[in-house]
Amino acid sequence: MADPLSTSRAATRTEGRRVSDFSIVVATANGTGSQTANLTLLRAIFQMGVPVHGKNVFPSNIQGLPTWFHIRASAEGWVARQAPEIAVAYNPATLHEDVAALPSGGVLILNDDLRGAPERDDVITYRVPVKELMEDATAKGKLKDYLANMTYLGVVTQLLGVSLDEVHAALENQFAGRRKLVDANYPIVEKAWRWSESTLQKRDPFTIEPMSATDGLILVTGNDAAGLGSVFGGASFVAWYPITPSTSLVDALKSHLVDLRTDEDGTPSWTVIQAEDELAAIGMVLGAGWAGARAVTATSGPGISLMAEFTGLGYFAEIPAVVWDVQRVGPSTGLPTRTGQGDVGFAYTLGHGDGKHPVFLPGSVEECFEFGWRAFDVAEQAQTPVFVLTDLDLGMNTWMAQRFAYPDEPMRRGKVLRGDQIPDDFGRYRDVDGDGIAPRTLPGDPNPRSAWFARGTGHDDAAVYSERPEDWQANTDRLARKFDTIRGLMPAPVVDAIEDAKIGVICMGSTQYAIHEARARLAEAGQHVSLLRLRGLPIGEAVRAFISEHERTVVVEMNRDGQLCGILRAELPDLAARIHSVAHLDGLPYAADQIEAWLAPHLVATGELVAEEVV
Amino acid sequence: MTVPAARQPNVVGLTKADYGGRPSTLCKGCGHNAVANQIVQVAFELGLRPNEIVKLSGIGCSSKSPAYFLGMSHGFNALHGRMPSIATGALSANHKLRALGVSGDGDTGSIGLGQFKHLLRRNVRMVYLVENNGVYGLTKGQFSPTAEDGLKLKYAGTNPFPPVEICAEALVSGCGFVARGFAGDAKQLRELLKAALSHRGTAVIDIISPCVAFNNEDDSQKSYAYGRSNEVPLEDIGWVPPQDDIVIDDHEPGETRVIELHDGSRMALTKVEAGYDPSDRGVALTRLQQAEARGEILTGLLYFDDQRPSLSEAVGLGQTPLAEMSDERLRPSREALERVLDRY
Repeated sequence: MADPLSTSRAATRTEGRRVSDFSIVVATANGTGSQTANLTLLRAIFQMGVPVHGKNVFPSNIQGLPTWFHIRASAEGWVARQAPEIAVAYNPATLHEDVAALPSGGVLILNDDLRGAPERDDVITYRVPVKELMEDATAKGKLKDYLANMTYLGVVTQLLGVSLDEVHAALENQFAGRRKLVDANYPIVEKAWRWSESTLQKRDPFTIEPMSATDGLILVTGNDAAGLGSVFGGASFVAWYPITPSTSLVDALKSHLVDLRTDEDGTPSWTVIQAEDELAAIGMVLGAGWAGARAVTATSGPGISLMAEFTGLGYFAEIPAVVWDVQRVGPSTGLPTRTGQGDVGFAYTLGHGDGKHPVFLPGSVEECFEFGWRAFDVAEQAQTPVFVLTDLDLGMNTWMAQRFAYPDEPMRRGKVLRGDQIPDDFGRYRDVDGDGIAPRTLPGDPNPRSAWFARGTGHDDAAVYSERPEDWQANTDRLARKFDTIRGLMPAPVVDAIEDAKIGVICMGSTQYAIHEARARLAEAGQHVSLLRLRGLPIGEAVRAFISEHERTVVVEMNRDGQLCGILRAELPDLAARIHSVAHLDGLPYAADQIEAWLAPHLVATGELVAEEVV
Repeated sequence: MTVPAARQPNVVGLTKADYGGRPSTLCKGCGHNAVANQIVQVAFELGLRPNEIVKLSGIGCSSKSPAYFLGMSHGFNALHGRMPSIATGALSANHKLRALGVSGDGDTGSIGLGQFKHLLRRNVRMVYLVENNGVYGLTKGQFSPTAEDGLKLKYAGTNPFPPVEICAEALVSGCGFVARGFAGDAKQLRELLKAALSHRGTAVIDIISPCVAFNNEDDSQKSYAYGRSNEVPLEDIGWVPPQDDIVIDDHEPGETRVIELHDGSRMALTKVEAGYDPSDRGVALTRLQQAEARGEILTGLLYFDDQRPSLSEAVGLGQTPLAEMSDERLRPSREALERVLDRY
């Protein structure tokens, strides 16, 4: 959702009640199957027409370590992370911190079988007798653990005013109609719901009331959207190596290929290969791109490191490829299950020697879908590796979205000469059009003039090995020209310029949600801040114009070094002094409060805020 | 009027010259040139269509050579040790292509050993040649991973480690066509190349291809005997003496022949006997080990099995290569998208 849904903020907080405006955190242990309960709760709220978003804060672990699922319901449509007011405490290992983190007036839904929960007089506590509610369940062992999570689903939905019918429908959707699973889970939910209704006295202010704000919307993860978009982009070859958080992108891509791109006789119009490592994954993608297929790989930071070598070859031999980087936290292995934007600087110039690459920066699941197909067009038009930088928050979490728009334009396959189109004086790298992009031919073409020798070594415009200084320079100058052409191929930024605003914020990707919310709060206080959300590199003229129009530009990004800020300063040296950096990374998605705090010094600097007002 | 033999067209109307490439920049007498010449000869004799072939290579002296043959075929000089992944992608995109890959002992046995083995696991349909000289030529004479234990080189001293046995690695990786040839045995090499080109999956030929420049202080305790002292001093490694190709042309099955290399060292080549049964992987491994123990290099087709499907067969590709599919086939319909979205 690019823009928050509009409803009056005040309307949701009447009479001390908090209607469809709160955050829940569910604390469980990884591997206990709590995801089903969490996603069912999320979907039940969504079905009631209330804007909702879920974030899974999970460990790099298969089983046992703590995991927290955040659900935010917001009648106004805000989806950024927010400190939770309701905690479901089902994990003994984190009991103390989960209870301690609640604000005064918060709600604790406690697994009553857990011992030693700290007492909080200022918190409304509901104790759930999980063992007792599970008495009738015949399941044993691990399955019983799974089902135990259904107890909080029943209690939470009942307390919030979600009907059993809604919960049942959400559960059916979650299990994609698999009757056995629904039948195994639902009785526990129902029992807990009815127990809650008959036993608990509602003492907290949080409720959900039906709305129609989610009509026509879908709930989907960014990785699923990216996989689907790639299929509609005509992906025919996929090579990859498993790595969190990109694995689910390829899983989705493959399942959509099976579903949508398999002939009636079972013949696939695609191949997916799990490579031995990321070196091989991108090598296969480049081999396929050279031979004429639309080829894609997906990885995360550590994989990008390994792909540096082949990216340089792809850049220099000019081979189309699409590389998705679902960013996690680096350097090194870093935080594999936490989100960040720390690869932008590396990916943009990946490889030794000179070279820059087109980078798509999707900021929503809709854009994950759109750039999923559009990236192939740019890769083939520009004959070069193209990166799509998303992140764990966007990729693995569940977001509301508009139904994806079908690509309403033909595939752009770039300059490919075939058969008789190949001129007698064909030279693979001859810039006949003056845009830096020379036509290519594909292996298998029957015209004997078609052949050329792809290589990472110095070459002349006929692809013949050359160490001549003038050949080297002419070739690399042409590549620089090509990069200028690419500027015009990238999606334009989304700009919300406020008249007379002194501060302009530039952001990319999923941080936009916290920024939207912070801007709205600032606007309520009379402080207006413009926003430019970058959707691709290299930048175009719109970025220069935006920075020129504001006294101060603040680049907000989720890394320590201010990588995007550095890129903008380098590309717009005459404006560099106006460009300021707000760069923070702790592994968690931003909250609006943080953005407000980080922008405050800049508002002070431009005189829009007096220093005393800054808390 | 008679047409000279070199201009006689083959079944597809091409002359031998049509299969040539750019002039070689390798050292004169290098075994790699002999291999390139045999590739030209075989492609001509078989009447291969150049547009149906792709030439692939990694990095190193050997990997330069695809520029020197089949000039009308597309080629891809990849990265060091990474030809297998390029091949896997290219032949997935267009499984109608035939691929001829040229690698070296360092490219395959050292930096590329992982990709080599995974290529064989996947059984990508291609001919994979290893031009094996046991030395790094382009970087002036370091040991390659196939250098013999105890081998002495001017640059590198004495090699204290056992060699990577390319054929054995291929065998244990599931390769269905494992052969060894010698760059100087043109007749055997042509036979192996022809057989390899018709193989269903990956066909590996490890070709002993002597280096004229750097394998010049050969003192192996095993297969290389210390030969006569070189007549041409090689202290200045920037200068490489012109050498004649080493040729053997009447090597009989079962026979062991001792070859004198450029530097005067010797190498014992044993050709598998006429009745050798190449269908047993275990026997092939045993014979390789026996030969090594005797200080001999076993040549010929060591193992053959065409039962395992190639990659494109295993993934069930149809007649039309992925790269030749229409945009309509690649992009599902608007209705298909709506159907998926209804599930979210």
